[in-house]
Amino acid sequence: MSAGAASSERSTTRLLAGLRSDGHAVTMAAHAQLWGPIPLELRPDELRARVAASGLTGRGGAGFPTAAKLESVAGSRLRPVVLANGAEGEPPSGKDKALLAYVPQLVLDGALLAARAVGADRVVLATTSTVHATVVRALAERPRVKRISVEAAVVPDRFVTGEETALVHLLNGGPAVPTYTPPRPYERGIGDAPTVVLNVETLAHLALVARFGPGWFRALGTAEEPGTALVTLSGAVREPGVYEIELGSPLGRLLDQAGADATAQACLVGGYFGTWISAADARSVALSNAALSRVGAALGARAIVVLPQASCGIVETARVARYLSDESAGQCGPCVNGLAAIATSLEGLVRRPRATTNMDVLRRRLLQVAGRGACRHPDGAVTLVASALRVFSDELERHLRGRGCQRQGHPVLPVP
Amino acid sequence: MSDLVLRVNPILCDGRGLCAELLPEWIEPDEWGYPIIAEGPLPRSLEAHARRAVEACPVVALRLERVAAGQSSRRGT
Repeated sequence: MSAGAASSERSTTRLLAGLRSDGHAVTMAAHAQLWGPIPLELRPDELRARVAASGLTGRGGAGFPTAAKLESVAGSRLRPVVLANGAEGEPPSGKDKALLAYVPQLVLDGALLAARAVGADRVVLATTSTVHATVVRALAERPRVKRISVEAAVVPDRFVTGEETALVHLLNGGPAVPTYTPPRPYERGIGDAPTVVLNVETLAHLALVARFGPGWFRALGTAEEPGTALVTLSGAVREPGVYEIELGSPLGRLLDQAGADATAQACLVGGYFGTWISAADARSVALSNAALSRVGAALGARAIVVLPQASCGIVETARVARYLSDESAGQCGPCVNGLAAIATSLEGLVRRPRATTNMDVLRRRLLQVAGRGACRHPDGAVTLVASALRVFSDELERHLRGRGCQRQGHPVLPVP
Repeated sequence: MSDLVLRVNPILCDGRGLCAELLPEWIEPDEWGYPIIAEGPLPRSLEAHARRAVEACPVVALRLERVAAGQSSRRGT
């Protein structure tokens, strides 16, 4: 996967600055030269104040204010743990892997500064196996920080692994399944210590906020959604890869820069818990939650897939629905049964010349499943499917009336 | 209205369906027998029935909670 900056009049390249052309990780020496020393001399309350004033929000998908997360463990009686979440299990997303592969030192800076901000003496950086070796090398390259230990942990490359309660469960020696009841990780997480779980991209931003302050951070983005963010762009695109965008910048600009197919029919925004939007909406909307909410979408994990004319949106969605059903942690009846039934309904639309699916039943299932799992897995799946029925209504009609699918192209959404 | 809400722990729930039988005014089974609980605070008139439903749950998945307390705090990164 390539990584590049969606450059424009002014540079929006922050996290991805200084990338090497050979694809290797930026070395500690080059990192230090580019960004200067890590400001570990800042007091914890100073660090937290900077993060709060910056308006930084979680870049994993949920978008929770980072300062509030830090505060939730900062006053704990027990020493907290910082869990850097690089368990990017979403098939169309590669931005966390890219960040760890190319600029691991920035993530490690952020994790150490987060530890300093909350008084933690332990950092656990959880990643999938593809980038683990890079992280271990990066750790070996940097000087140890007094009184803060850093460990790199490998976790399975499954969809649910990145869910924070599942990740904590796993690192405590259990299965990677979400929990429903308290304690939450910030109360009792890794090794029973209060644990603040932060996405690795969030930590990379935090490393720069600590250095340059909230004003610098807010110089890009909108007042409500400040800063930049990484987007993974794929599908009908000449140059797929990870792009750093300014929040609030036009999606159309990114599509042009990456060479997206100008005749594309739609875009999936926000990954597999995200939303299909029409090509017309994609051309007019900005990359902020405020703008995307007007077309029923959200940035989520910021994976964007461009759907070419040749691919059928209903087939694509059926495949992903089955994948999400298979990736259910299998704990909650409404998720286990509901997602399987929804996937079967969607497959019934496309497997035969004339659809065998009862749309009333499918729509009822979509309404019934949301909000009834221990985690947001069923909610996300339902969001995706509901948006497909809206955006591909013509296609849906064709399948229902047995007029045959005219879009037999190879699917663009990856299902491992 | 009472200040009580009914909540089901979806991990514990096996969909045995006793609750929906004892409290059909407030709980409806989905097509697989798992409870769909009406939203909002429980009407006072249903409190006694709700307690019976809670006690009947063989896997202790159903609970009565005060509205203010026990708000599930779901957060991601």
